[in-house]
Amino acid sequence: MKRPIIIVLFLMLLVACSKSEGGEAPEYTATPLSLDVPAFFQENILAPVIPITNPLTEEGVALGKKLFFDPILSADNSISCAECHAPSSAFTDTDRFSDGVNGVLGNRNAMPLFNLAWNFDERFFWDGSATSLEDQVFHPITDATEMANTWEKVIGALEANSEYTDMFLSAFGEGEIDSLKVARAIAQFERTLISGNSKFDRFLAGELELTEAELNGRDVFMDETRGDCFHCHGNPNNPLWTDNLFHNNGLDSTFVDLGLGRVTGDPADNGKFKSPSLRNLAFTPPYMHDGRFATLEEVIDHYSEGLQNSDTVDPLMKKVAQGGVQLTEQDKADLKAFLLTLSDDEFISNTAFREQ
Amino acid sequence: MKCIFPFLLLLATLGVSCSDDDVSGQVAAQVSLRFNHNWDGEEFQTSNFNTVGYANLNGEKMSVERLRYLISDVTFESSDGSSFTVEGYNLVDLTNETGLSYQLSDSVPVGNYTNVYFTFGFDNEDNQNGIYPDLNTALWNVPEMLGGGYHYMQLEGKFIDSTQTETGYQYHAIRAVDNSGEELVFEDTFFQVDLGPVEIQQNSTIAISMNIAEWFKNPNQWNLNQLHSMMMPNFEAQKAISQNGKTVFSLEGVFQE
Ligand code: HEC
Ligand code: HEC
Repeated sequence: MKRPIIIVLFLMLLVACSKSEGGEAPEYTATPLSLDVPAFFQENILAPVIPITNPLTEEGVALGKKLFFDPILSADNSISCAECHAPSSAFTDTDRFSDGVNGVLGNRNAMPLFNLAWNFDERFFWDGSATSLEDQVFHPITDATEMANTWEKVIGALEANSEYTDMFLSAFGEGEIDSLKVARAIAQFERTLISGNSKFDRFLAGELELTEAELNGRDVFMDETRGDCFHCHGNPNNPLWTDNLFHNNGLDSTFVDLGLGRVTGDPADNGKFKSPSLRNLAFTPPYMHDGRFATLEEVIDHYSEGLQNSDTVDPLMKKVAQGGVQLTEQDKADLKAFLLTLSDDEFISNTAFREQ
Repeated sequence: MKCIFPFLLLLATLGVSCSDDDVSGQVAAQVSLRFNHNWDGEEFQTSNFNTVGYANLNGEKMSVERLRYLISDVTFESSDGSSFTVEGYNLVDLTNETGLSYQLSDSVPVGNYTNVYFTFGFDNEDNQNGIYPDLNTALWNVPEMLGGGYHYMQLEGKFIDSTQTETGYQYHAIRAVDNSGEELVFEDTFFQVDLGPVEIQQNSTIAISMNIAEWFKNPNQWNLNQLHSMMMPNFEAQKAISQNGKTVFSLEGVFQE
């Protein structure tokens, strides 16, 4: 009975607010942009994370895209984000460890970038150390193994460039260029990178058939007595193909890189890394946080007979003592065929995501 | 700034309309369920995870690394046999400490209830494949080859097996399904958890505790050495899990706010 009263009150409130707002000069707002979310994302999973402090706008996304592809962010003007996150590789690169400025190598494999707005816990990087897409931008620009720059220099270079001063103005209104605006613009662009048109997506939509091998591969993936991949990497009801959580999938018995454990300081998290999405594997070798596997065959062999035991190995890693789930050669080949159906050619050729 | 006045007005009005201060006049109350956990009476929290030091009835030392379970359709039953059900579900996730408190979406008529109960898992009507976006997001689904729908529980960890090796276990509860024949044959494994009489006179929290050790105890003394893995497609295991689950929950108390 109380509900109608509340609704009426809310309406009054709205009217009251909009009236009093009317007389004043409006604050600058850029053109709002809504994400082009595939319908089956909308139906099947929660809505993407878009911070109220950084709504998407056309101008913001355009600026973020320009920044993403511009080496102006790096110390010696040599590399852009796209150097390690290339559209043709689903926004990763083909190296095991990427070259930063001056050819310095990092110690982790660059991550592909897509469907990032659906990382609901917003823990980015292999070890979850970046806490939002905006926060993430603060890492590579000043990281000595990546762009090795300082914010002072970045802002100076952008301020000196009239094209950028115009673009910042139209994206964020009056005011100085600062690191936060750079981060917000890039994060906006990254949220538009949506991959949702793989062969498997079209199969789910009833647009095509899968081969016998691909169908059996899906069953291996979904079968608790064979691959049992779905508990971490998902199922056809969730288009992300990751849980975005951290696990030790049995790569090592002792850890060079502590992963999540380095971030939380909890030994029970040692050797845990974020489950990557299995979309776009065709474009993203090598695999794992340290790029140790060059092919999907090696990945599958790992889960089948290569598991290493340790205190933190995930309980979902079965038959660790025997090395893993012991797939037949046929099931291995079919599993690979299925995994490849999750790759999205349209995503890597989408001109909206390319440098113009 | 300009919006504050109407907001205050709104708040004031809401205050007046909602808080009928004399208790006797209150006709409905906000109720939430709080899920606590114990191991044979000893409090069990996320901080107790990962320690392979809890003995089950069978004598195996074990740990918990992940615990999530679903409950649904909380119901308040009166002495005249009538009942009031709040349709809905809650995923309790002790691993990430979410869903430990479940605020019922409808307010509950005050009264002296002879029994409050909920469903562990989903009944078959609610257990439809893929229809809950939040549960799909949590990868809570059951593969279609096992009939689809959703998990009821994921309890995972390690135990010391008979060769003294730390071994993972996955104690997953779903609707029992026999997939050995041409067609899937199901048997219901969701069950009703009775909390007993509860009096609701004002806004209240119903505290419930799950004894995790009880999953391995009664009536089926669980032998992890024999069965620790691949339980989802195991028809008999699912029935046994369901039987053991009937005694894991108890009412800790009702706290008025
Ligand atoms: C020298 C190569 C390199 C450059 C340049 C680079 N990155 Fe990365 N990027 C990486 C690596 C390596 C990782 C994984 C790092 C880790 O986990 O520690 C990564 C991870 C990320 C992630 C996390 C993705 C996820 O799913 O968690 C984002 C987002 C990202 N980079 C965006 C950017 C942006 C934006 C820029 C430009 C400002 C940039 N990167 C420049 C190599 C690079
Ligand atoms: C316990 C959760 C878990 C299970 C089960 C699991 N994975 Fe993984 N997977 C991970 C994690 C975590 C990583 C990243 C590990 C790292 O880099 O240290 C990963 C990485 C991968 C990668 C590399 C992707 C990339 O971009 O580098 C592939 C491919 C993969 N898994 C496929 C599978 C397949 C196939 C199965 C079933 C046979 C499976 N996974 C089962 C958690 C899991």
